[in-house]
Amino acid sequence: MLLLNLILILLVGGAIAWWSERLGTHWPRLVAVFVVLVDLLYLLNYLAGIPIEQLSVVPAASDPSSWLLAYQLDWIPRFGISFHLAMDGLSLVLVLLTLVLGVISIISSWNEKNDRQGFFQANILWTLAGVIGVFLAMDLFLFFLFWEVMLVPMYLLIAIWGHEGKAYASMKFFIFTQFSGLLMLLAILALAILHHSATGVYSFSYFDLLSTPVENGMAHWLMLGFFIAFVVKLPGFPFHTWLPDAHTQAPTAGSVILAGILLKTGAYGLIRFTVPLFPEAALDFAPIAMFLGIAGVIYGAVLAFSQTDFKRLVAYSSVSHMGFVLLGVFAWNSLALQGAVMQMVAHGFSTAALFMIAGALQQRLHTRDMREMGGLWHHMPRMGAVALFFALASLGMPGVGNFVAEFLVLLGLFAVNPWMTAAAALGLITAAVYSLIMMQRAFYGKPKADLVVADFGWLEMNAMAIMIIALIWLGLYPQPVLDMVQPVLDSLFSVVSSNSITVGAQ
Amino acid sequence: MLQNIWLIPLLPFVSSVLLILTAGRLPRRLIAIMGAGSVGLSALIVLAVGMQFMELQTPYSLTLWVWMQVGNFAPGFSFYIDQLTVVMLSVITGVGFLIHLYSTEFMQDDSDYSRYFAYMNMFVAAMLILVMADNLLLLYLGWEGVGVCSYLLVGFWYKDPVNGAASRKAFVVTRVGDTAMALGLFLLFTELGTLQIQPMLEAANSRWVTGDTIPAIAALLLLGGAVGKSAQLPLHTWLPDAMAGPTPVSALIHAATMVTAGVYLIARTHGLFLLAPDVLMLVALVGLFTLLLAAFTALNQTDIKRILAYSTISQIGYMFLALGVGAWSAGIFHLMTHAFFKALLFLGAGAVVHCLHHEQNIFKMGGLRSKLPIVFWSFLIGSAALAALPFTSGFFSKDQILLSAFELHGTTGISLWIGPWLWAGGLVGAILTAIYSFRLVFIVFYGEAKTEPDRQPGWRMAAPLSLLCILSLIGGYFVLPLASVFPTVAQHQVSHLVEGISISIPLIGVLIAWLVYYKHSLPVEGFTESSLGKALRNFWYSGWAMDKLYDTIIVKPYTGTANAMRGEWLDRIYHGIVSLCQGSHALLSRTQGGKMRWYATSMVFGLIILVTLLGWVS
Amino acid sequence: MEGLIIPLNHVLIVAALLFATGLAGLMFRRNVIFILMSLEVMLNSAGLAFVAAGAAWAQADGQVIFMLILAVAAAEVSVGLGLVLQVQKRFKTLDMDHAQKLNG
Repeated sequence: MLLLNLILILLVGGAIAWWSERLGTHWPRLVAVFVVLVDLLYLLNYLAGIPIEQLSVVPAASDPSSWLLAYQLDWIPRFGISFHLAMDGLSLVLVLLTLVLGVISIISSWNEKNDRQGFFQANILWTLAGVIGVFLAMDLFLFFLFWEVMLVPMYLLIAIWGHEGKAYASMKFFIFTQFSGLLMLLAILALAILHHSATGVYSFSYFDLLSTPVENGMAHWLMLGFFIAFVVKLPGFPFHTWLPDAHTQAPTAGSVILAGILLKTGAYGLIRFTVPLFPEAALDFAPIAMFLGIAGVIYGAVLAFSQTDFKRLVAYSSVSHMGFVLLGVFAWNSLALQGAVMQMVAHGFSTAALFMIAGALQQRLHTRDMREMGGLWHHMPRMGAVALFFALASLGMPGVGNFVAEFLVLLGLFAVNPWMTAAAALGLITAAVYSLIMMQRAFYGKPKADLVVADFGWLEMNAMAIMIIALIWLGLYPQPVLDMVQPVLDSLFSVVSSNSITVGAQ
Repeated sequence: MLQNIWLIPLLPFVSSVLLILTAGRLPRRLIAIMGAGSVGLSALIVLAVGMQFMELQTPYSLTLWVWMQVGNFAPGFSFYIDQLTVVMLSVITGVGFLIHLYSTEFMQDDSDYSRYFAYMNMFVAAMLILVMADNLLLLYLGWEGVGVCSYLLVGFWYKDPVNGAASRKAFVVTRVGDTAMALGLFLLFTELGTLQIQPMLEAANSRWVTGDTIPAIAALLLLGGAVGKSAQLPLHTWLPDAMAGPTPVSALIHAATMVTAGVYLIARTHGLFLLAPDVLMLVALVGLFTLLLAAFTALNQTDIKRILAYSTISQIGYMFLALGVGAWSAGIFHLMTHAFFKALLFLGAGAVVHCLHHEQNIFKMGGLRSKLPIVFWSFLIGSAALAALPFTSGFFSKDQILLSAFELHGTTGISLWIGPWLWAGGLVGAILTAIYSFRLVFIVFYGEAKTEPDRQPGWRMAAPLSLLCILSLIGGYFVLPLASVFPTVAQHQVSHLVEGISISIPLIGVLIAWLVYYKHSLPVEGFTESSLGKALRNFWYSGWAMDKLYDTIIVKPYTGTANAMRGEWLDRIYHGIVSLCQGSHALLSRTQGGKMRWYATSMVFGLIILVTLLGWVS
Repeated sequence: MEGLIIPLNHVLIVAALLFATGLAGLMFRRNVIFILMSLEVMLNSAGLAFVAAGAAWAQADGQVIFMLILAVAAAEVSVGLGLVLQVQKRFKTLDMDHAQKLNG
């Protein structure tokens, strides 16, 4: 029930926020922050109530009752579709990330003068609801539903409140995700039908489908359907081209949610669905996937370096960072997967913060073009220092979560393929190049004499402080997150190895 | 006391964090007290730890917490103290404190006083973690930490884009080495299952025999990190540019501590390098070539700080040479004495620059001997130690290195016969060192005055200079208790001739410098002004054109490619798909011309075709 | 009812010719009045076929359908003429090629 409430609070809260516009223009954001905080506290309250040992129980893949929480309601029983939510350590980490970044995204647009505030905040809350649904849904049909639910409000956020090229960007975003989602839907349906022909019952349940035997050639195609859907979202090379446009044009809150949370649904899907459902096919495909990961790491970094638009630079850095996630997932061992999950969380914070800085710069200077910036440290030392921290985080400075993530991914990958690791490690150098050039172009250099701008205020500094503390905590003591995720990984490993055996035996 | 060693890096770290959080709102006096005081306190703790450690003589380790644990990968926030660590700690906190004290006066007119000390303290903390780390991952944290602080301090005066470029270059070039080192870490963990240094070295010893490929690769990768950080060939190009930072920064980071981290790393993992004699040979060769290249370049520079920068590269080359021939203690010994006299020289240069309205060109100085007496004496002593004149600190350490090189008795390959050649190369370097260091002294402090100093160094600058003078003089008599850390080396048994040559060479160098730059009695202009001489001078002046080489083969292609791809060429594929859709749309929409007769006609023909098909099928 | 005196085929051929004439008119005439007239011709050709078929098989259905067609034709003409008036009013012409607002 808690899981259902988590989503319902956000959905209903969104409607209330929309309605509250009638009370005054500042009401919707208050309502929105309140709703997300309530949701967060609701979840934390539950967490405080469970014994700590329960977090280290390895959840059985076939039995949702061994998970932290599960909730099931019949929906379309005729086709075996049910409203089935469940949470394990992995989902928990990601849901927490979603809610924290949700609060931050609302704060990030606090001072922006957007019209139709109510509908704006409603869209943010609905996107969050969709994302949480994606992280919790254990019925593939329901998963697809939430996948679409998070897409539409995001589209509206870009299309209505975006910047100068919003029409192009929002449509591109929509078509890319929609089309790839269609491939996933086909794969889901095919999988359900295969399950039917094998067992005689229709089911869309993740737990049933895990054990569905899929003939090898078919498995490759279905795996590809899931893979493309998730890699477009991730985004992986060469399906990333929607991202720079969408990020650049989205309003600040949209960018924060998009980079901080939405991209993670792709990574989550790869870990939860693509590999466990089709272990053999994924194994065959792993070299190509890892190659795409490396290509993303390098390509994103090179293009980030050449950008003149602050937001575009950060967007390409996302492409680069998410390449590490792809590498980590397909290296498929504890170290690399832990690194991938850590990267999801750490990148969520670091990139969200950089987009907030980009938004703040645009609000103050009315431009994102770094050729018109320079010397901003002189005018805004607080913002400069914060930007410096996140630039360093983004280049993988030890002591920050991003380093732990990248190091674990590469360490895990090394055991699988040393040469690929060496190639991916080039990303560490190129990341330094683009992060530092960003600092140089925007904050260092000769200050403009006649510029008068306000530095970060206390609200913005507080939001930044949350993210800085989170990143340093992840960098110096990541163990709580690692411990929460490890049982899930163990469970997935057992699924994959047993599936591989059944397929191999055929 | 030993259980409190975590305070050593923590004090400067806390001070740094406080300075960052208060963002310059504290009074200057308090900032100075926090900045210099925290390092001073750490130095006192190191002193106490060192005293206690002399009695114990056994390595001590302390785990604060497990950093991250995934499977059997469980590096901790753990410190490991042995004699080597204590030596490094003493150098870092001792010299570090003196430089901080000096900075409080040097930087007093700067508007970013607080930011300066925040960065400096952060640097000291990172450097301390680097040398105290018990595992390679924590060492890597310190390693990157000092790199970042170096970046921040080189680019401290951010308003000038030249400084920004220098700081980025410093970071990116060292990052190339760091990446190699990270790969080395991956390899070592994958093969040996731990990154904890001592167990790892033991495992390596039991797993591999001397000459195996894998330890050679691992050692090579670690060497990559070391040459990056220590500015050795081929990654040395960043250090001269790094002089863009404030001079005390150059003294602390780019002379005394950070750049010697590579030496420390190799010394710390010497067990691994011993398994790879070829790589060890490479270390010696890298050291030799670097020391020669940098010495030739130093001879031609005109900027006082760049001379010292190339001199630093050259001296670290000596340390690498020492490590490469297995003279571990001699390398660390030279590291320590070099920290003393090079910090002294940099601080002296800083004082000159400080008192001379930020003039750095030595040919615009002159006759400062009587005007800045304290600076003159520190420079003289520092140069004497640098040139390894007898009984200064540099003499003892450099002598040890050269003799060890001479006595190298390898078992395989070129190491069988190369010892004397290394020695001879080192001697060429030594004579060049003497020439360029006394060239500096004669040009800056003798001759006629060209710029008048506008102030005199105060006590906070003078005291560190005097203390470092003393250390540079007597540092050679310190006996480092490193016997238990490194494998024992046989006593030197070389002929008196070799000894005599080693001692007299620097004196000859000083003599040449005196003749050329003081008496102007050697007709060198005839050569330097000839076309060959000019070409050679320009070649050396540019650091053997390495910058240009890298610019051509790496930097320009990278930026060129990046700029060419800026517009996201991949999008053309997607735009192609879009155009395809739009094209077919245009084609099909022609049929929807709104002309009713056309609709009717197409309906008729459609019907006819349909009926025909039906009839044909049935 | 004695059935049909002339052979059914002949009637059907006439009906087909009539239909083709109407169709040709529909396809080639531009004036909306003529298009409506062509439609009438086509409807009536169908009616003729029905009547002939009804007579040939001695069934009343043919006549019934013809009555229906007459009614439909009458309704269609009234609506069609209404449209003609509108076309004339809006486009100031009866040429259907100028009335192409549906152009996609």
